[in-house]
Amino acid sequence: MALFDFTIKELEEKLHNKEITVQDLVDESFNRIKEVDGEVNAFLTLNEENARTYAKELDEKEDAAASLFGIPAGIKDNIMTKGLRTTCASQFLDNFEDPLYDATVMEKLSKEKPVNIGKLNMDEFAMGSSNENSSYTPTRNPWNTDYVPGGSSGGSAASVAAGEVLFSLGSDTGGSIRQPAAFCGVVGMKPTYGRVSRFGLVAFASSLDQIGPITRTVEDNARVLEVIAGHDKMDATSANVEVPKYTEALTNDVKGLKIAVPKEYLAKGVSPEVREHIMNALKVYESLGATWEEVSLPHSKYAVATYYLLSSSEASANLARFDGVRYGVRSENADNMIDMFKKSRSEGFGQEVKRRIMLGTFALSSGYYDAYYKKAQKVRTLIKNDFDKIFEDYDVVVGPTTPTPAFKVGEKTDDPLTMYANDILTIPVNLAGVPGISVPCGFSGEGLPIGLQIIGKHFDESTVYRTAHAFEQATDHHTKRPQIGGAK
Amino acid sequence: MADISKEQVKHVAHLARLAVTDEEVEQLTEELGAIIHYAEQLNELDTDNVEPTTHVLDIKNVMRKDEPREWITQEEALKNAPDKKDGQFRVPSILE
Repeated sequence: MALFDFTIKELEEKLHNKEITVQDLVDESFNRIKEVDGEVNAFLTLNEENARTYAKELDEKEDAAASLFGIPAGIKDNIMTKGLRTTCASQFLDNFEDPLYDATVMEKLSKEKPVNIGKLNMDEFAMGSSNENSSYTPTRNPWNTDYVPGGSSGGSAASVAAGEVLFSLGSDTGGSIRQPAAFCGVVGMKPTYGRVSRFGLVAFASSLDQIGPITRTVEDNARVLEVIAGHDKMDATSANVEVPKYTEALTNDVKGLKIAVPKEYLAKGVSPEVREHIMNALKVYESLGATWEEVSLPHSKYAVATYYLLSSSEASANLARFDGVRYGVRSENADNMIDMFKKSRSEGFGQEVKRRIMLGTFALSSGYYDAYYKKAQKVRTLIKNDFDKIFEDYDVVVGPTTPTPAFKVGEKTDDPLTMYANDILTIPVNLAGVPGISVPCGFSGEGLPIGLQIIGKHFDESTVYRTAHAFEQATDHHTKRPQIGGAK
Repeated sequence: MADISKEQVKHVAHLARLAVTDEEVEQLTEELGAIIHYAEQLNELDTDNVEPTTHVLDIKNVMRKDEPREWITQEEALKNAPDKKDGQFRVPSILE
C-alpha cells in the first residue's frame, strides 16, 4: 500500500504516532512525480526546494491542530501563489515568475499547513475539456495515456489519480473540476457559487467560476473544502454564509433521502455504458434506504449555448487585462501602442482562447448585445428555475457527470462544438450556481473511470457530501488505482 | 439573424485587440458562424417576461470603507513588467 492510499485522517494519525514524517510524504510525492510525470504531464512548475525545506520545518514542530498538516498538495496554475510561477498554461504568462500575492484559498490553506508540491497543468485560461488547450505538453489520463484526462483541471485530477499528491485544487466554470474528476476516477467538488473566495483566481467567467478540491475520497474532499470555504472581504461575490463542518455530515445515513433523476441526464447522447452504471448506483441508493424518481430539467438542452455565450462574454472582458504592459509577454514586433496590444495578445493566446474572446466580444458588441448576451442571461434564469423547482421536492439531483468516459487524445479537437457538447451535464450546475460533486461509480469496458454526479441546493454541500460518501462507502470503485508506473 | 461576415470578424478582432491573419479570418468566420448558428436555438424560447440572471446570489452593492492600506510596493508592481523605466511602465508611443 502506498502512502497516498491512506486518507488524510489516517496519515494524520501516522504522523502523530511517528510512524512516518512529513518528509516521507513529500519524498513520496517527488518520487512518484519522477516516476510517472514524464508520461502524465500533470505538473507545470515544481516547488521542490521550498516543499522540502517546509517539510523539514514541519517535522521539527508538530502541530496537531492543523487539519492538513504535512499533506502534499498540487494547485491549479490559475491560482495565484506568491513567489511561485503562475502561467494559466498560457504562453502569455510564460514569464510570470511571481504573482506577488497569494490567492485567498492559498492563505486559508497555509494556516492548516499542507505542503505545496507545485502548479498543475490545465487548458489555457481554463478554457477546454481535455487539457489539449494547454500551451505546454498536455496532461494525459493516468488510466490510459492514449486518453485525455478531461479539463480544464486535467492536471489537478490526473495528479491525484496518479498518486503524485494527496489533494489538489481546481476551478470549475462549466464542469472543469467534475469532468476531469470523472475521467480520472477521483472525487471532485464544485461548491456553491460564492462559497469559496475567487480572490487570486485568474478570472475566466466571473459569474460562474468556483474553486474546489479534488481528492481520492469524499472524506478528504470535505476536509479540504472546510479549510478553503468561507466569506472573504476581498471577493465581493463571496457569500457571508456560515461554513458547516462538512466532515461531520458524513454519517453514512441516506435513509429517506429523496433523489431526483432528470430524464435529460439519461437521454440519448449518454452512452449505454454510462447509463448502466448510473442505474446501478441508483440501486445502491435504494438498498441504503433512499428513494429516487424521474424528473425533468426541461431547459437543460439550452445550457451549452447559454453557457458559451455568457462565459465567452465574461472572458472577453476579463482577458482584456492581458495587454503586455504590466506583466506577461510583450510582442517585440510592434511599433505603436495599439499594435503592441494586438500583437502581444495574438502571439500570447492560443487558438481556443482567441476564439472565445472573439465570440464574447461579438455577443457584447453594439447591435448584438440583446440578441445574444441578454437572451442568454434570460435563458439562464429558466435553467436556474428548473433546479429551484426540483429542489422544492427533492434533496439532491443525481445523474452522470459526463455523457461518455474519457475520449482519445485528438478525437474532438477538430470541431469546437463537439468538444463543447461534452459538458452538457455539468454546465447547468454552474448556470444555476448550485454545488455538484463527481464520485467514481465504475469503469467502462476499456477500463476507464465513470463518474456519478450529485447536485445539491445552494449552500447545501453537506447533503451532497453525505450522499456521495454513503455511495462511496457502499462500493469499492474509489479503491481502484491506475497501473501507470506500477500500481500506487 | 444572418451569418457573420469576414468584415464583421475583422471588426470584432479589432475591438478585442487581436491581430488576425487572412487565414485566421477565414477560419474564425466559419467557426464563429457555426457557434452563433448553434446559439440561435435559444430563440425557440419565449423570454419576453423573464428577468435576466447576471448573478445567482442575492448580493447587491457590497460596500467597504475607502481606506488606504499596505499592498505591493512600486518596485514589486514593476517586477513582472516586460519593459520599465524610472519606476514606471514603459510602452511604445501612443501618439502618432
